[in-house]
Amino acid sequence: MIRMRRPNFSTVMLVLGLLFLYLPMFVLVVYSFNASKLVTVWAGFSTQWYGELFRDQQILSAVWTSLRIAFFAASMAICLGTVAAFVMTRYGHFRGKTALSSMVTAPLVMPEVITGLSLLLLFVQMAQITGWPADRGMATIWIAHTTFCSAYVAVVVAARLREVDLSIEEAAMDLGSPPVKTFFSITLPIISPALAAGWLLAFTLSLDDLVIASFVSGPGANTLPMVVFSSVRMGVSPKINALATLIILTVSLATLLAWFFMRRNETRRKAALREG
Amino acid sequence: MKLSRSSALLKRLQLGRRAVIAFPLVWLTLFFLLPFALVLKISLSGAAIAIPPYGPLLEYADQTLHVFLNLGNYLFLLSDSLYIAAYWGSVKTAFIATLACLLLGYPMAYAMARAPARWQLLLLLLVMLPSWTSFLIRVYAWMGILSNSGLINNLLIGVGLIDSPLRMMNTQFAVIIGIVYAYLPFMVLPLYAHLTRMDNSLLEAAADLGSRKLNTFIKVTLPLSTGGIVAGSMLVFIPAVGEFVIPELLGGPDTLMIGKVLWEEFFLNRDWPVASALAMVMLLLLLVPIVWFHRYQSREFQE
Repeated sequence: MIRMRRPNFSTVMLVLGLLFLYLPMFVLVVYSFNASKLVTVWAGFSTQWYGELFRDQQILSAVWTSLRIAFFAASMAICLGTVAAFVMTRYGHFRGKTALSSMVTAPLVMPEVITGLSLLLLFVQMAQITGWPADRGMATIWIAHTTFCSAYVAVVVAARLREVDLSIEEAAMDLGSPPVKTFFSITLPIISPALAAGWLLAFTLSLDDLVIASFVSGPGANTLPMVVFSSVRMGVSPKINALATLIILTVSLATLLAWFFMRRNETRRKAALREG
Repeated sequence: MKLSRSSALLKRLQLGRRAVIAFPLVWLTLFFLLPFALVLKISLSGAAIAIPPYGPLLEYADQTLHVFLNLGNYLFLLSDSLYIAAYWGSVKTAFIATLACLLLGYPMAYAMARAPARWQLLLLLLVMLPSWTSFLIRVYAWMGILSNSGLINNLLIGVGLIDSPLRMMNTQFAVIIGIVYAYLPFMVLPLYAHLTRMDNSLLEAAADLGSRKLNTFIKVTLPLSTGGIVAGSMLVFIPAVGEFVIPELLGGPDTLMIGKVLWEEFFLNRDWPVASALAMVMLLLLLVPIVWFHRYQSREFQE
C-alpha cells in the first residue's frame, strides 16, 4: 500500500525555493521571444532579437575572448588546484602549510572588488619594475582567473582525494612505483571525475567573472560579461534576453547530460557491486 | 653502497616534494598575498597626478631615505560620513540577506538530505544549475521583474490589487532579493553536505528516547550542522559585503554599499590611494568572518 505522506515543512520550502530560483530565468526566456522592444510589454512571438544578437560583432568577439580566457584559465587552475589539494591532503606538516591553506581557501570568499583592485595594483607595479605586462589584457585576466579558480578546484579535488583509499597508492609504492608514477598512473585516474568537474567549474567561473576582469583588463580585451554589463546598465534590452536564453539553454543541456552520465555510472557501479 | 643509493633517492624525493609544494605556494604568494601588501602600501601613499596616480612611499634623495607615510586616506574615510554610511549599509544589507538565505536554504537542504537517494543527485543539480548560468544575467532578470512596468507590478495592477506601481526597483529590498537569489546555492550546498554526512542513528536514538521531532531537531540536528551553517553564511555574507554588481543594477541612490563606492572611487574619481584605503578597511571588517570560515574549511581539509 502506498502511504500518502502529508507534505512537511521542509519539502514545501524546497519546492518554493526551487520555484524562486527558476521563475526569473523562465521569465527571461519567455520575454526573449517578445516582438516588442519594450521588454515588459508582450506584443507577440518573434525571434528577431536572436537575429540581432548574431549580427552584433561586439558581442560575438567578446564571446570568443571569454571562451579562450576561460579555457586557458580552467586548464591552468586544474594543474595548480590539484597540486594544492594533493599537498593539503597527502603531505604531513611542513613549513608554510598554514600559509598555503589560508591562501588556497581565501579566494573563495574574498570580495571581488578587493581581489580585482589588488591584482591590478600588482600588475601596474610589475610593469614599472620589469616592464611586463606592458599593457593589460588577456594575459593578465588569465593570471587573475587562474588564481581564484584554482581555489575552487582545490576544494573539489581535495574532497575527492580524501575519499580515495590510501592503501592502493601505498600498495603501488610498496611494489616499487616512484611517487610521481604512482600519482599519474593510480591517483590521477581515480580522481579524474573530480578533475573534470573542477575544470568545468573553473571554466564557468571564468566565463562569468565581471568585476575582477574589469579591473585587470586593458582597453583591448573585453570579455562577454563586460560587454553585457555596459549594455545592461542602460536598462533592459531584448537582445540581452536572447543571449541569456542561449546561456541558460547551453548550461541546462550540459547539466542534463552530466546528470544522465552520472546516473548511468551509478547504476553500473551498483550492478557491478551486486554481481561481484 | 646500497645505503648511499637510497639516501640519494631520499634526497631526490625531498627535492621533488619541495618542488610540488613550491608550485602552488609561489603562485599564490605572488598573485594573492603580494597584491594585498601593495594595496596596503598604496593606501598609505598620497594621491598624485601621475601614471600610476599615487606618490612614492620611499624615496632616496640627498643620501637619506625619506619615508612618506600618509594616513590621510584613512582620516579622509572617517571625515566623510558617506563612507561610514556605505560600510554600515553593506554590513546591514549583507546580514539581512544572509539571514534570509539561511531561513530559506536550511529547510531546502534538510529536505534534500532527507529525500530518497535516487532524487538527491537531481535535486543537487537543480539547486546548483542557476549558479552555473551567468551571475550577471540572473541579477539582470530581476530588473525586468521588479521595475515599475515590470512583471510583478503589471500582474498586481492587472489583478486590481494596486492602482499605481509599487516602487521596488532601486531600493534596498531589490538589492536583498538580488543577493538572496544569487547566493542561495552557496548556502544550500555546504548545509546539504553537512546534513547528509550526519549519522542517522543519532536521530533514531533520540526518537527511541522519546524526543519529539522539534526537540530532536534543535538538540541534535542543528548543533551537528553548525559547520554547514557557518560555512554557508560566510560564503554568502563575505562576498555580499563587497558586492558591486547587485547594488549597481538593482540598488538606488539610497542603497549605499562599499563595493560600489570603491568601484566609483577607483574608476570614476581615479583616486587609487582612497580606493586602496577603502579596500583595507573592508578587509579589516571581514577579517573575523574570513578567519572563521577558514577555520571550518581547514578542518574539512584535515578530515
